[in-house]
Amino acid sequence: MIYIQLFFSFLQVGMFSIGGGYAAMPLIQSQVVTHYGWLTMSEFTDLITIAEMTPGPIAVNSATFVGIRIAGIPGAIIATCGCILPSCVIVSLLFYIYYRYKQMSTLQSILGSLRPAVVALIAAAGLSILQLVAFDGAEVSLANVHWLECGIFLVAFLVLRIFKKNPIMVMLCCGVVELAVSSIVM
Amino acid sequence: MTAEKRKILVKLFLSTLYISTFTFGGGFVIITFMKKKFVDEYHWIEEEEMLDLAALAQSSPGAIAVNAAILVGWRMGGFLGMLTAVFGTIIPPMIILSVISFFYAAFATNTYIALLLKGMQAGVAAVILDVVCTLGAGVVKNRNIIHYIVMVMAFLMTFVWGINVIYIILAAAFTGVCLEMWKKVRGKKE
Repeated sequence: MIYIQLFFSFLQVGMFSIGGGYAAMPLIQSQVVTHYGWLTMSEFTDLITIAEMTPGPIAVNSATFVGIRIAGIPGAIIATCGCILPSCVIVSLLFYIYYRYKQMSTLQSILGSLRPAVVALIAAAGLSILQLVAFDGAEVSLANVHWLECGIFLVAFLVLRIFKKNPIMVMLCCGVVELAVSSIVM
Repeated sequence: MTAEKRKILVKLFLSTLYISTFTFGGGFVIITFMKKKFVDEYHWIEEEEMLDLAALAQSSPGAIAVNAAILVGWRMGGFLGMLTAVFGTIIPPMIILSVISFFYAAFATNTYIALLLKGMQAGVAAVILDVVCTLGAGVVKNRNIIHYIVMVMAFLMTFVWGINVIYIILAAAFTGVCLEMWKKVRGKKE
């Protein structure tokens, strides 16, 4: 019974959250906190913090976290399946349509206009992370600049642009440098 | 199954597993890492095609990372490829979250983990903006003034005005439809 509830609850999260991560948050909250009372509001806040600190989509992270809390490992698996099932069906259909009609001039024109928009969206996502890194959530002003993180960003950016190094390695090195420098200074 | 196909599936599984393990912070991050891997490193997918897949992943319901994995999976290995890529993408967060849910208190208050994550955020910003430079250069090269406007407007709408991404995608698609209609009308006149 609890498995069925978990499955359908996360099926709805997967089906109605459009636009990724933060769009899914209020939906998860309404299912998990308001409707079923599986988590308290403070546990839910913890969940969002964990989801932000760890890799993976928020919806999958929440499904695993809530599933384990409520019904152990099988619960986690069932909740996750529920949350990705709508994507598997809908996105597969879109994939078919995309490759079937890709040559059509109208679709060409739509895709042509979508591409620059997607580039802009990715740029905005990158800049908001950079802003968070540079000012650590504080007001944007010269006094609040975190110079160490800005330096790490700049070096990493140049290494990627000029030497085309492996991005995941560059990212891990950034973490290690921050940890090392901060530990020495402290 | 041919050896060739099996090799692709294994490569697909390992790369989605690897990307999913190390990408913090949202769907667009994973798309930039997929672009680095599948476009720049393996040359499986064209740059423009990757942007189309990103738009599809973004405008469908569900997690962007999972949607992108479904698309790349179908593209590389049909139905089996789709399953492979989806499993590769969801296994790391499932394992990591299961472990963390048992040690949450210790994890959240550890200063060293917090520092490591903070440095890695700076790295993520660098990776994303590096990819943006490459993709942006591609758009600029096309010399289409409407596309420049779409790019600038989409940026302002999301970054400055905080408009929901879905409306931005719809507006861009609508611009595409208008462009096509205008082209047809003009074609008839000539």
